[in-house]
Amino acid sequence: MATTAIPQSSPAVPAAPTGVWSWITTTDHKRIGVLYGVTAFLFFLLGGLEALVIRIQLGGPEQHVVSAEFYNQLFTMHGTTMVFLAIMPLSAAFFNFVIPLQIGARDVAFPRLNAFSYWVFLLGGLFMNASFVAGPLFGAGHLSVAPNAGWFGYANLTSTQFSPGPNIDFWVLGIQILGVASLAAAFNFITTIINLRAPGMTWMRMPVFTWMSFVTQFLIITAFPVITIGLVFLLFDRVFGTNFYNVRAGGDVLLWQHLFWLFGHPEVYILILPAMGIVSEVLPTFSRKPLFGYAVVVYSGVLIGVVGWGVWAHHMFATGLGPVADSVFSASTMLIAVPTGVKIFNWIATMWGGRLEFRTPMLFAVGFISMFIIGGLSGVMHASPPADLQQTDTYFVVAHFHYVLFGGAVQGIFAGIYYWWPKIFGRALNDRLGKLHFWLMFAGLNLTFFPMHFSGLLGMPRRIYTYAPDLGLNTLNLISTVGALLTGVAMLVFLYNVLASRKQPPAGKNPWGAATLEWAIASPPPAYNFSVLPTVKSRLPLWTEDGVSEIPDVPPGPIHVPPGSARPLIAAVGILTMGIGALMHHHFLPSLLTVLGGAAILVYGIYSWAFEPFEV
Amino acid sequence: MAPVPHRRFPAAASWPRLAALAVGLLVVGCASDRFPQTTFRPVSDAGEAINRLYGQIFWWAVFVFAVVQSALVVTLIRYRRRPGQGEPKQTHGHTLVEIAWTLAPAVILVVIAVPTVRTIFRLSGTPPAGALQVEVTGHQWWWEFRYAELGVVTANELHVPLGQPVALAITSADVIHSFWAPRLSGKRDAMPGRTTRLVFTADSVGTFLGQCAEFCGDSHANMRLRVMVDSPAVFAAWAARQSAAPPPLDSSDALVLRGEEAFRRIRDPGNHSCVACHTIAGISGGALGPNLSHVGSRTTIAGGTLRSDSAGIARWLHDPPGVKPGSLMPRIELTDDEIAALIAYLHSRK
Repeated sequence: MATTAIPQSSPAVPAAPTGVWSWITTTDHKRIGVLYGVTAFLFFLLGGLEALVIRIQLGGPEQHVVSAEFYNQLFTMHGTTMVFLAIMPLSAAFFNFVIPLQIGARDVAFPRLNAFSYWVFLLGGLFMNASFVAGPLFGAGHLSVAPNAGWFGYANLTSTQFSPGPNIDFWVLGIQILGVASLAAAFNFITTIINLRAPGMTWMRMPVFTWMSFVTQFLIITAFPVITIGLVFLLFDRVFGTNFYNVRAGGDVLLWQHLFWLFGHPEVYILILPAMGIVSEVLPTFSRKPLFGYAVVVYSGVLIGVVGWGVWAHHMFATGLGPVADSVFSASTMLIAVPTGVKIFNWIATMWGGRLEFRTPMLFAVGFISMFIIGGLSGVMHASPPADLQQTDTYFVVAHFHYVLFGGAVQGIFAGIYYWWPKIFGRALNDRLGKLHFWLMFAGLNLTFFPMHFSGLLGMPRRIYTYAPDLGLNTLNLISTVGALLTGVAMLVFLYNVLASRKQPPAGKNPWGAATLEWAIASPPPAYNFSVLPTVKSRLPLWTEDGVSEIPDVPPGPIHVPPGSARPLIAAVGILTMGIGALMHHHFLPSLLTVLGGAAILVYGIYSWAFEPFEV
Repeated sequence: MAPVPHRRFPAAASWPRLAALAVGLLVVGCASDRFPQTTFRPVSDAGEAINRLYGQIFWWAVFVFAVVQSALVVTLIRYRRRPGQGEPKQTHGHTLVEIAWTLAPAVILVVIAVPTVRTIFRLSGTPPAGALQVEVTGHQWWWEFRYAELGVVTANELHVPLGQPVALAITSADVIHSFWAPRLSGKRDAMPGRTTRLVFTADSVGTFLGQCAEFCGDSHANMRLRVMVDSPAVFAAWAARQSAAPPPLDSSDALVLRGEEAFRRIRDPGNHSCVACHTIAGISGGALGPNLSHVGSRTTIAGGTLRSDSAGIARWLHDPPGVKPGSLMPRIELTDDEIAALIAYLHSRK
């Protein structure tokens, strides 16, 4: 069917396939990118709703909008959702859509594996969130049995002794399933970036977004195995009665913390590096100047990725690691501030002397820098272990990482959404609404998170569903709640902008006058991306005379694009089925049979996928 | 008093957030009675050392914030697009400048790292001889304090003498908790199977609030604590009373007698009883819940969430899980008369 795809403009050939089935079987990196983006954004809204309920509960002291038990589920799912179901897959949406276009490739290296990653992510996210309504299936007596031990799931609270319900099982299995998706995607993008770069696209000509994504993929393939092992231990403790974290039988609760943070800190860079890449694309475009110190920005990104592996125990200063370990991890954590600071200086220098045009993507990129400075500085504060002993597990830390992840990563992602929207859909989002969205969100996030620095240092611990009225924290919390509601309004403006975007005029190939390869082709790009594979002669191909070989609008000959396939979805369903089977571990035989059934579906999916006729 | 010793760097007040910060700190400094759990008004040597270090780091952060954020704002204003402007000069980098702004933050970090390491080693020193040893055990969701040398066991209210070093040996009976009394020191995790240490010498008499800082299940928010710093004489008197047998029952007070009888007798259909979980010296030896031998001398009950007056105890006895969700102590159907008698009896256990 799809061995030859000829441009839609030619009346003699069929257009790209349409309809629901074509999306279910798609292996087109651009469509998969859109699927990732839409799905992850819905999870982002869900996580945001959870945050709003949390903020409403904390708007005043001793409120009982939700019960203690449900509150604990909400903050656990808010964290888990935002990390694994929102920010990571929103980044993956950009990996999918943008990387092949930026390096001049037809698609990713393994298009069906790419589809598989998406389906596993979707099913894993649904699996995890099904816990909100699965109570009756487990005889729980209430509707929700969502995970409730925090996104960090510290042992031994997660043991069957202290968490006998299915809540933690949903969490363990959900993250395992999502890990499969992340790992498969990471190997795919590494292979793509190494092997499918267009002729002349050397390493040091690669756009910074692709570079930062490349570093991110290595963090994923090295960090996820660590959490996988930690989770396998936990699953074995819960299902088979092993004692990895059982203190009475010689286990150790700190083992979990080391494994979790050995994953968890690189995970922070998995969340932030793609956003740094986006900002590094947006700033030059709207400053009409190349990125200042390209090589330094790239190397500092790599350095952050490497040093990010040596800082995990700064999450554990309160466990009393001893003065030597405290000093070493303090030093390594401060060290990572250097390449991060260098990036910020280079971004400012990129704008210095430029011709700054404050369109919506640029506002979000500048907002990213401004907020990231605050998050970075508070990070240096708790890099000092004695200071951290007062700050850790308080709202000070909540303020810190929301400046990094909401002020940073999420603003970076919105910069990317507004920046690449015309490329993805052929029409830009409305700039005035975009600016309204930006300013509301900027005000909302500062109103929410800035007071948290104070509530934390004035004695408010994290993860408390209520607080005493006489601690002096009432006003600060109320301000945070108002800010959260304002942020919610900003999201409504964005959603309206999305709906209204259908009426926008066509954007053309390069609406922002950007320099990188994805802007050399039509918006939205045709299924085959490039009519002929381009030859790249510059780091800024569209800003350099003769920077890229000519890319005709009509392909000179037939082009092979990967055919659609439903096999990846079948394999993903197999993995989901195995997860459901493991969830039923209290009933041995049905559980075993379901797991085996899921394994059979998985094997069938992969087998038939391997032998799928290449040309249909 | 300001929360930090010196204003080393003039703040650039042009930036509104910075102004908010300054105002906030002023509020913190001037009205600390309103913030009983603040980290900014330490009452011990350890708390003071941490606060001093934090003060240094804070002003460095303000300095860097002012410099970088101003550079950003100046850039945004100065280089915004103007009509009729041509293409800007295409610069790609500047090696010397880039080396400079790599080194500058590194130097500042070294300046922060030196006092950091010094404070780390200072705080982690072995407790001096003559320190008061207290074993702290976290439970879901209350704190147990055991003074082995003095023969005292109490809950949720840690009494320490003014001016004498205190060495806490912290552990947990179930899941991970974290002992945090902000005005006395930073937090230290309470972990099953491990013992951690916290050493401080209190320098002000008073009652200082704290609470569990590591998520430990349903009622993590309800795991509060108080540190009572007493003068040495008051502390000695307190310890003597706590280590002695509880006072004999006043045989003329029928209510108290009925209360003791109820405490011994109550057993619900689920086989829950007072005596199975609580110790009152001479009566019962339960160990799951707090020791109640001298509960009448404590100011709070229920993980420090309720006052120990009649209303507080009544509310607790009516419905423990309603006060502290997930509490091990179940709801036992008690008559109003039983509750009144138990209140009188518990109040008599001074």
